[in-house]
Amino acid sequence: MSDAVEVKTLIIDGEEVSALRGQTILEVARENDINIPTLCHLEGLSDVGACRLCLVEIKGSNKLLPACVATVFEGMEVSTNTERLQKHRRMILEMLFAERNHICSVCVSNGHCELQTLGQEQGLTHIRLPYRNPELKVDASHERFTVDHNRCILCTRCVRACAEIEGAHVWDVMGRGINSIVITDLNDEWGSSTCTRCGKCVQVCPTGALFDKSKIGSDHPKYPDFLPYLNLMREAQ
Amino acid sequence: MTIEELEQIAESVRLENAKFDFEVNVCMDLACASQGADKLREALVQAAAASGKSILVRKTGCMGPCSAGPLVKVDEDDTLYSHVKAENAEAIVSSLGGTPVPELQCELNEHFDKQVRVVLENAGHIDPEKIDDYISRDGYKALMIALIEMTPNGVIHRITESGLRGRGGGGYPTGLKWSTVAKAGGDLKYVVCNGDEGDPGAFMDRSVMEGDPHRVIEGMAIAAYAVGASKGFIYVRAEYPVAVARLTTALREARRRGLLGNNIGGTTFNFDVEIRLGAGAFVCGEETALIASIEGRRGTPKPRPPYPAVSGLWGKPTLINNVETYANIAPIVRNGGKWFADMGSERSKGTKVFALTGKIANTGLVEVPMGIKLREIIEVIGGGVPGGHTFKAVQTGGPSGGCIPADMLDIGVSYDALLKVGSIMGSGGMIVMDDTSCMVNVAKFFIEFCMTESCGKCIPCRAGTAQMHTLLTRICEGVGTMEDLELLEDLCSTVKETSLCGLGQTAPNPVLSTLKYFREEYMEHIQHKRCPAGVCKIEAPVEVLA
Repeated sequence: MSDAVEVKTLIIDGEEVSALRGQTILEVARENDINIPTLCHLEGLSDVGACRLCLVEIKGSNKLLPACVATVFEGMEVSTNTERLQKHRRMILEMLFAERNHICSVCVSNGHCELQTLGQEQGLTHIRLPYRNPELKVDASHERFTVDHNRCILCTRCVRACAEIEGAHVWDVMGRGINSIVITDLNDEWGSSTCTRCGKCVQVCPTGALFDKSKIGSDHPKYPDFLPYLNLMREAQ
Repeated sequence: MTIEELEQIAESVRLENAKFDFEVNVCMDLACASQGADKLREALVQAAAASGKSILVRKTGCMGPCSAGPLVKVDEDDTLYSHVKAENAEAIVSSLGGTPVPELQCELNEHFDKQVRVVLENAGHIDPEKIDDYISRDGYKALMIALIEMTPNGVIHRITESGLRGRGGGGYPTGLKWSTVAKAGGDLKYVVCNGDEGDPGAFMDRSVMEGDPHRVIEGMAIAAYAVGASKGFIYVRAEYPVAVARLTTALREARRRGLLGNNIGGTTFNFDVEIRLGAGAFVCGEETALIASIEGRRGTPKPRPPYPAVSGLWGKPTLINNVETYANIAPIVRNGGKWFADMGSERSKGTKVFALTGKIANTGLVEVPMGIKLREIIEVIGGGVPGGHTFKAVQTGGPSGGCIPADMLDIGVSYDALLKVGSIMGSGGMIVMDDTSCMVNVAKFFIEFCMTESCGKCIPCRAGTAQMHTLLTRICEGVGTMEDLELLEDLCSTVKETSLCGLGQTAPNPVLSTLKYFREEYMEHIQHKRCPAGVCKIEAPVEVLA
């Protein structure tokens, strides 16, 4: 049997599943309808393991592993939803909600926001942490889109979509730590940047940080599902 | 270059030095230089010329007890002079060949007696800018032994046998790391030296790079031979301009002597080293972030695996060790693994260099065998807490470490023992605190450091440290509540367990250890609105009139 088709069997949440060598825990779990929460992961983009929501427990190890990048091995026993993990996930979500400004009722993404959905799924009822409420700028210089940094959770999906899919690398991260911020070009206004106006970044943004101007105040769903399809079509060529 | 040629060079240096009747070494390290060592050296040269005696005045790297600087050592009888000023030059010169100047003599016998010098064996004896000085003290002999008499596997076996563990803080077995890289496939591999020393109060690596740069280069060359690499990088922070200059000089001289480049020692081994400057980001000491930085990208860590040993610089197998780890290699190869393993404790072998700072009499660099009690380092070698104050805690391992209280000073210094009490060995910073330090404030200081040094990639480290800082500030200002304390502990647990890299995973340690050993100080701040050490400015609560 060659390396490429080597099959591994493992247990996820008590359920025996099989996987191909090199697959990530997340891929295998989703194939088997086991839900692991993610935020920075998006099918079609590279993984960075940054949001830490997909951390899972592996039997025999005290260390938590990010399911989006950790690959399977034979006989692995994975727990995806223990009390310990739930506690950490809620705390991480609390950190995100308190980090900037996430008031759902006045957000363009209300009802279509991945952060909001995750908060609901994880049973987040209130935020204990003090709100930091930094007053960050809103850049509406672009003719079609707006970036509201107060809603940004720094998942860097926009950065990756722009660099990896569109090939423009207009978005990047500036500063460090709590002062990190996504920028276009060398911190130029989005409107006068080298943006190609493709709008991929807006579609992959999980919150209301990037949005389409024409839809302000209206129902504003996003459609990031084009990415795997796009990749597939490109590979087929 | 062969062993015989090295010995010829060493012999010629000895002959050259023998022309002088006396050798006077002046410490030119930053601490001494800032206290006027430059002028002192000039005065010594002038006094030497005026006296008619034949004296060699040599500039050397750090001699150790920085608080006693500027330091001068007379080689003839190993007399060490402390607090020497330019006007003392004549007295020292005229005393040569007679009795030492009593009022300048350094009274730190116990300080030196307890130390064992392996990494710092050349400190105070050689001019770091002269390769021949290094060669005269067995320099590059280990590289030649390795290249000519040993197989790469033999070298790795010797390092494994020595029990050397990574001196950057993690304590990963060096031999195991080397053999992993050696086993990794591919014909292009890299060897990287991590000189991105960023802990507050730590300066061991700087001293080694400035005082004995060839030792690091030799260690890297031996490592490259062992793992099959042909290219090396030294990653130094740009805040260490002297280290960068000395390393640059050392690399140039080593190339000129044929100790770097092609066909080293007449063998088929090729190796050269480049210097890469870091822009002072603490996180770039983390190996995956360091790799990103060398590659010219933003210095942020990546999840491991894949480990750099398998996929590192530009995707190639890469060996990354700390400056002090490489500095230990040459003596191990020269003297054998067993010689090294005979020093130290059961699971931590050899010696460790510590930078003693804070409220302690003899601040500076010390090198001690592993397993020595913390109490001996602080009370005997360090000379205890000055000014009639009492010792409160010692912080090891910088912002990733913890505070160890007085009643735990009898633990032996080793990777495992320090981990057990909630701290880490770290790279070797040791900050001593006395009764004038507020432990809540100390915890806040370190969290502030981690908060500003966080790269911002993962949420727990980016937002978690900022939240911890807010809560600690509240407590320090006397407005903290018991709920805040509970929240702080929850945050510590999440940040520690879920952060992406070592920076975040260890960031809560200063808070956790102070909470464990000095909880009553937190309680005083919260319940009685009082800072026991008088550090935090807590305003008296305003009385609300009914």
